[in-house]
Amino acid sequence: MINTVPPAAIFIFGALLIPLLRGRLKGAYLLLLPVVGFINLINIPEGTHWVVRFLDYELIFGRVDRLSLLFGYIYHLISFIAILYALHVKDDIQHVAGFVYAGSSLGVVFAGDLFSLYLFWEIMTFSAVVLVWSNRTKASLAAGFRYLLVHVAGGLCLLAGIVLYVINTGSIEFGYIGLKDLAAYLIFIGFGVNCAWPCLHPWLPDAYPESTITGAVFMWTFTTKTAVYVLARAFPGTEALIWIGAIMTAFPIFYAVIENNLRRVLSYSLINQVGFMVCGIGIGTALSINGTVSHVFCHILYKALLVMSMGAVMYRTGKINCTDLGGLYKSMPLTCIFCIVGAASISGFPLFSGFISKSMVVEASAIGGMNMIWFLLMFSSVGVLEHAGIKVPYYAFFSHDSGIRTKEAPLNMLLAMGIAAFLCVFIGVFPGPLYSLLPYPVDFEPYTPFHVVGMSQLLFFGALAYILFVLSGIFPAEIRAINLDADWWYRKAGIAFYRFCNVPLNSFRLKIQHLLTKSVDSIANLSRNPLFIPNLAVTYGRLKIAKSYSSIIKSPGAIEEVTELESRLKHFHEMSKRVFDENIHRRPIGVGVLISFILIFFYALIYMITRK
Amino acid sequence: MNGEIEAKKEKEYLFDKPKNVKRLLGVFYILLLLLLTIDFFILKHPNFPWEGWPGFYAVFGFVAFVALIFVAKYILRPIVKRKEDYYD
Repeated sequence: MINTVPPAAIFIFGALLIPLLRGRLKGAYLLLLPVVGFINLINIPEGTHWVVRFLDYELIFGRVDRLSLLFGYIYHLISFIAILYALHVKDDIQHVAGFVYAGSSLGVVFAGDLFSLYLFWEIMTFSAVVLVWSNRTKASLAAGFRYLLVHVAGGLCLLAGIVLYVINTGSIEFGYIGLKDLAAYLIFIGFGVNCAWPCLHPWLPDAYPESTITGAVFMWTFTTKTAVYVLARAFPGTEALIWIGAIMTAFPIFYAVIENNLRRVLSYSLINQVGFMVCGIGIGTALSINGTVSHVFCHILYKALLVMSMGAVMYRTGKINCTDLGGLYKSMPLTCIFCIVGAASISGFPLFSGFISKSMVVEASAIGGMNMIWFLLMFSSVGVLEHAGIKVPYYAFFSHDSGIRTKEAPLNMLLAMGIAAFLCVFIGVFPGPLYSLLPYPVDFEPYTPFHVVGMSQLLFFGALAYILFVLSGIFPAEIRAINLDADWWYRKAGIAFYRFCNVPLNSFRLKIQHLLTKSVDSIANLSRNPLFIPNLAVTYGRLKIAKSYSSIIKSPGAIEEVTELESRLKHFHEMSKRVFDENIHRRPIGVGVLISFILIFFYALIYMITRK
Repeated sequence: MNGEIEAKKEKEYLFDKPKNVKRLLGVFYILLLLLLTIDFFILKHPNFPWEGWPGFYAVFGFVAFVALIFVAKYILRPIVKRKEDYYD
């Protein structure tokens, strides 16, 4: 038995050494890091490890059970593939960010308490945004800021939920929470932002296509799947998740049909696939949870494969839009084959990995008698075939020949894709090893004639529809355009709201402010010498009357009076600006006596009236 | 001039020949027929009654695909389509 450390520590601290190394040594070190991490992981026995006392609470950095272990395995595996794919990149910050991102995801997966979970959750956000910014374009900078904005908001929502939860229960242990009070709802929504739930999703198709070619493999893997993990841990069997998941599977496929940017197509496809997982968590039976977890495992591999193949296309051609690509099978045949393997896997063709995982979730919905959900999931399966299964490989590698002739992808990229493609087929043909790792004992046989023929019919006749559409020319043409999504609310409506605040509201506020400062000024002026207030007021009133009088009857006398009153008013104004001086403004003492007398008279009068 | 010569030199690829595309489609259509016939000979274990109907999955797959394309093309696209520089 060797001494083990928390899985997150190897990645996060290991990443810090990367900038110190050079050349081949660095390459070897990058590849070794996930391998060392994996050896460490398989030597950790199940149970609770690395408990650290912090104030009055216990932080747990190693809650190891079948659920967290499986996520741990696939995270290590995909980190190895992703870093192999990125081996040619000279930009250290991307490697560091990638490993910190993967490490913090592992941190969340093995966290046994809410505090350390939150800590790693936030590290994930900030390391992921580095992978977007590393593209160093104006678009990626803006998209990265929007990504940060959404995730910090989601993180704060989660934090608020955690604080309330800890106050309510007195415990920071992270386990089953269930939707019962405000704290749970806040945590639920905090998780939902990272899971790209409908309406909370637009950060995903916005930021992911702007990430770097190699960073994309990390991006497409970690954030959403970690969110799936925490949902599976805290909210299994929550009915709301069934519908959220089913809607997630269905709505992005419409967007994927009309989207021009192939990496954005894969972003919508990611939401669709995560929908199957969320739905499985919501159903909450042993079969559906198994389905979710195995789908996470398979999905990470085939989605990474598709993203890598599109990345290779982008690396060689610098283009990613359907309108610019086509005919690349001629110059990138291996990438093309790998892409088709990924496409077949995600569509769930028999003998490919998607078939053995997705069908568990669909079967679980059928066993639960959920007609609507079952139809939605089946409909979405056809949608997956359309956008990820056919559109992505077809427009990149076949379709009309774009005339682009380039080289095959670099060796390290081909190897990374090759490993992923092999695993997609291997898991599809031999699902046994994966099934043996699932949280619950598996009582499901994917390869019955009924399943195979049913799924094949579904997919092949869907493909027939596609062929008929293309041959008849009805299929929606690729158009250079973007499609509005929910991010419109903070990219356009937000700006409009800001303008509304700025122009009408702010100018109204300015007017009032002006009025107030003016009146304060005049009051201050008058108060310098209050003696002139009556004089000013009377003269001002007389002037007004004289002016209106003279405008009606234009006699010389009236006009003369106006000019006289004006000069008098000016004089009083001048006088009032001087500070009160006893020697100039002295009044006979009798005036003071008279005023006091009048006041006493009124006082006596009021007293008399009110007494009766 | 040079370009023309290169274009002539470039080798003809698999799907440049319409014959090969036709062959592929032919194989595909045969597979479709096969899937429909095999449907009658397999043991079914449906969860819903409609799953047992012959050819249900084939019809569903076809209809769902058609519905998806029509909704995306004729309803969603006119609503959400904008110029590429819309947000700039």
